[in-house]
Amino acid sequence: MAVLDIITYPDARLKQVAEEVKTFDDDLLKFIQNLEETMDAGPGGVGIAATQVGVMLRIVIVDVSSYPRLKKAKHHGRLVLINPEIVDWQGMKKGREGCMSVPDFTGNVIRAENIRLKALDREGVEQQYEMEGFEARAVQHEIDHLDGLLFLDRLVSRRNDLFERKKKNEN
Amino acid sequence: MTDKKNKWYMVTLIGKDRPAIVSHVTAALYEGGCNLGETSMMRLGGNFSIMMMVEFPGRTKELHDVLVTVTDSLDLHLHIDKIEAKLHQHLIPDVRISVYGADRAGIVSKVTSVLAEAGLNILDLESDVAGDKDKPLYIMHIEGQATEGIKSLQSALQIVKDENGIDAELAEIDTLIG
Repeated sequence: MAVLDIITYPDARLKQVAEEVKTFDDDLLKFIQNLEETMDAGPGGVGIAATQVGVMLRIVIVDVSSYPRLKKAKHHGRLVLINPEIVDWQGMKKGREGCMSVPDFTGNVIRAENIRLKALDREGVEQQYEMEGFEARAVQHEIDHLDGLLFLDRLVSRRNDLFERKKKNEN
Repeated sequence: MTDKKNKWYMVTLIGKDRPAIVSHVTAALYEGGCNLGETSMMRLGGNFSIMMMVEFPGRTKELHDVLVTVTDSLDLHLHIDKIEAKLHQHLIPDVRISVYGADRAGIVSKVTSVLAEAGLNILDLESDVAGDKDKPLYIMHIEGQATEGIKSLQSALQIVKDENGIDAELAEIDTLIG
C-alpha cells in the first residue's frame, strides 16, 4: 500500500484521454488500493481519478460518505468505477468545485443533478447505479478527468445569476 | 515568476470606460518588469475600474513612472498602495446570499450590518443597478463564510427581508474537491 503522488496542472497528462481497462488482475487490485489510499490522504478527498496519479486508465473512485453535510443523504458509500459511462442524466445545477490537481482555486460548475451510470467493479463485473446531487457531481467531476477535462474547462461566471430555481414543494 | 526580493503593490485605476484599457495598462506593466497577481477589473456604470496586485522590484514612485504615461493618455486615475501579498491562501466560501429589491438608499448597509452581526465574513460582493430610470432595481450577490453557522444568518436575513420589503435568499455552498 502506498499514497501515490498527485500530479497537478499544467502536467499534460491531465488533458489526455485515458484508456479502457481490459485486464482485471492482482496488479489492478493493488493499484486500486493505492488509489483509494491516495484519495483518503488528500484534502477533501471525495473522489479521485487514476489520471490524477498519472495512470492513464479509466478508473475512478468516489466516496462522499465522509463529507460532513451529507451524512444523512442517500449515497452509495465507496464506489470503484472502471470504464464508467453515464447512460442518462437529468436536471442541471450549479455547484462549487475544486480539485486536488488544481490547488488553491475553487469555482462554479454546472453538472447534471441526477445521473444513471454503468461501470465495471474491481472484479470486472458490470454494475448500474442511479445517483443524485453531490455524489452525482463527484462522479461527473472524476469521469471528466478520464476524458482529459478539468473543472476549469467548465467554469461559469458567478455574476449575473439570480436565485437558483426551486423545486416544487420545497419551502 | 515570483521573487522573494520583489515587493507587492495594489494598483487601483479608475476612469471613463473605453476600448483597450486593460491591454494598454498591462502592456506597460509587462514592459516595465512587473508581474501581475490577483486582479479584479470591471465596468461599473460606464466607468472602468481596475484593482490589481502587482509585483515589482522598485519603489512606489518607480512603479508610478512605469504607469503614468499610459494612465494619463487614457484619463485614468492612478493610485498605488504597498501591500503584503498573501497568495495561495484562498478562503473557500460556504454561503451565498442574493438580495434584490427596489433600489433605495441603505440596502447594502442594512443587509451587511445585520449579516455581519450574525457572523458573516464577506469574501466577495458584487452588486448591480438594473431596471430603468423610473424603477431602478438593486441586485446584490455575496459569497462568504458563515462563522457562526448558517441558522444564525438565515434568521438575520429573514429579519432584514421583513423590515425592508426586499427579496433575499441564502444557499449553503458545498464545495466538492475531487
